[in-house]
Amino acid sequence: MSTFESLRPDPTFHPSPRLAMEAEPERLAYTALLSPDRSRPDALAVVDVQPGSKSYGQVLKRLDMPNKGDEFHHFGWNACSSALAPMSGHAFLQRRYLVIPGLRSSRVYIVDTQPDPANPKLVKTIEPEEIFRKTGYSRPHTVHCGPEGIYISCIGGAGADGTQGPPGVFLVDCESFEVLGRWEIERGPQKLHYDFWWNLPRDYMVSSEWGLPPQFENGIVAEDLLANRYGHQLHFWDLRDRRHTQVIDLGANHQMALEVRPAHDPTREYGFLGVVVDTTNLEASIWTWWREGGKFQARKTATIPPEAAPVDRLPVLLKGFGAVPPLVSDIDLSLDDRFLYVACWGTGELRQYDVSDPMLPKLAGSVRIGGIARHENHPTGRPFGGGPQMVEVSRDGKRVYFTNSLYSAWDPQFYPDGVPGVQVMCNAGADGGIELEREFYVDFGKDYGAHQVRLQGGDCSTDSFCYPSA
Amino acid sequence: MSASAALWATILALGLYHGLNPAMGWPIAVARGLEQRRAAAVFGTLLPLGAGHFAAMAVVLVPLAWLSWVLAWSRPIRLVAGTVVLLFGVYKLLRPRHPRALARIRPGQLAWWSFLMATAHGAGLMLVPFMLGLCSEDDMFTSLARSDVATALAVAVAHTLAMVLGGLGMAWVVYRYLGLQFLRRAWFNLDAAWAASLVLAGGAGVAMAL
Repeated sequence: MSTFESLRPDPTFHPSPRLAMEAEPERLAYTALLSPDRSRPDALAVVDVQPGSKSYGQVLKRLDMPNKGDEFHHFGWNACSSALAPMSGHAFLQRRYLVIPGLRSSRVYIVDTQPDPANPKLVKTIEPEEIFRKTGYSRPHTVHCGPEGIYISCIGGAGADGTQGPPGVFLVDCESFEVLGRWEIERGPQKLHYDFWWNLPRDYMVSSEWGLPPQFENGIVAEDLLANRYGHQLHFWDLRDRRHTQVIDLGANHQMALEVRPAHDPTREYGFLGVVVDTTNLEASIWTWWREGGKFQARKTATIPPEAAPVDRLPVLLKGFGAVPPLVSDIDLSLDDRFLYVACWGTGELRQYDVSDPMLPKLAGSVRIGGIARHENHPTGRPFGGGPQMVEVSRDGKRVYFTNSLYSAWDPQFYPDGVPGVQVMCNAGADGGIELEREFYVDFGKDYGAHQVRLQGGDCSTDSFCYPSA
Repeated sequence: MSASAALWATILALGLYHGLNPAMGWPIAVARGLEQRRAAAVFGTLLPLGAGHFAAMAVVLVPLAWLSWVLAWSRPIRLVAGTVVLLFGVYKLLRPRHPRALARIRPGQLAWWSFLMATAHGAGLMLVPFMLGLCSEDDMFTSLARSDVATALAVAVAHTLAMVLGGLGMAWVVYRYLGLQFLRRAWFNLDAAWAASLVLAGGAGVAMAL
């Protein structure tokens, strides 16, 4: 498959985060849809996000996949601004293909968004057997494009239940989409996986931990959670050497260290991590990591308390606690590294923190929608099952999109009434503050849950920049 | 212009061309300058880039010059070398692949990166026909040089100086005046042009030897 190299770099590749912020706003969003009962194929929805358009907030197209039971979750592009890395010489790739892993099936779909971005087509399927055979990994999750091609992190290792050997990251050729093999050369003590990202000029990768497939595929395992058996470590790697260099244990009570969001400006050597729940007090937390004198350190810089609730409003899982944990399931950092958005899927809140001082996040804005006990509808009165979950911020930082499903097997444990797929949007003020946009409410119907959103031309969790916003 | 002056002019022109090509590293100098917020970093980055480029030239030119000096088979060597360069250019035209191994080099290893980048792209090969042309000339420059090996080193030095000047000029203008916005516009895909240059250089070498 040729990438039709051009004479000039793709105009959606930006050397610095600031230039990306100045580019034209997104007109389309791509949203991953999953069939919660696996009765129909998962799908990719194309949503019109151009204000003033006749079909604003509507699904322009739903691309159904040829298989069932894939469990769409996170996904990414074949190429991004990292192609402009001055040393890797891939500047003439195009941001064209969406790489969509099935978290349950271990299949990876390659979807072509050209020539008509509103009408994407499935052009290649990487079957699970190829991934198992070449990598020994399963349950592909996060996708990033980088110096050696496409990197995909996996939550499962080998074997039927994904516990035969450690999970890790594998590489895919960014032109032929052939699986190349494992990325790690020395993995050190890393045994669990979830998200990963990097700072390219500083040459480090950071990865996080969720749990092994038996701990999530059939629902959350309460005993494992109360015994602190989910992931609670942050791993640092030498990116070019593919070597594990350091591990930071947050403490076993900090269960499920999920999204990692390094500062976008490559001269800044810090980043943020969201932790789902502290088993001692049900708090969720935000952590900041930074490097000093060659060593990484991490500190808890913000906490979000649980909210007390009457037992009759709680699902079975939470009745014994008499409270709703915030369950921070996703975080996203605006391109100017100024605002960190934090999704509290349990309490039904999207928080905005001013992180100008990364060691001292300040709450700058909040909206309430969904939630387990204190359930709020959209301002239009329309329903919002679940709570704010996958968050995606526009490049210019003015629009914050989010959906509401966490994972098919977990949704009913926390929200027994179901979580029909919905996508909404907040407008963000120039100096902070967020407000739900009344005009934007995308209803994907009761047959689909909605997961990650990707914005045309890149967004705040796809692109890696190699030049500072000087 | 005498034949040897034309050859030296070609070697300098190729130096500028290599320096202006973004694949040879001037965007790295821009990035370093912006990261450190000092103009000196732009200049400082061109030094290891130049050193690596020089090594890539020397490693190709010196053995060939030595061969043609020792064996006194200058003409067959020139014909074969010209043909090899031409064919490498054709190969690059037909199979435009990025050498992925370069992605494994750390940001700190600039000289090594520059050496491998130039070698993978056949930057040294491009000079071979012109250097061999000089080795067979008998003029002021070459009689000054006591041997063809010295000629090869002189070619590598002159070419690298031009390359550093070209790269520095480009990096400086983008860093100081045009800004990052321009980086995208200045970053042309020269892969095909580069391969065509190899074909031309090889062809010229064959023609000069006949």
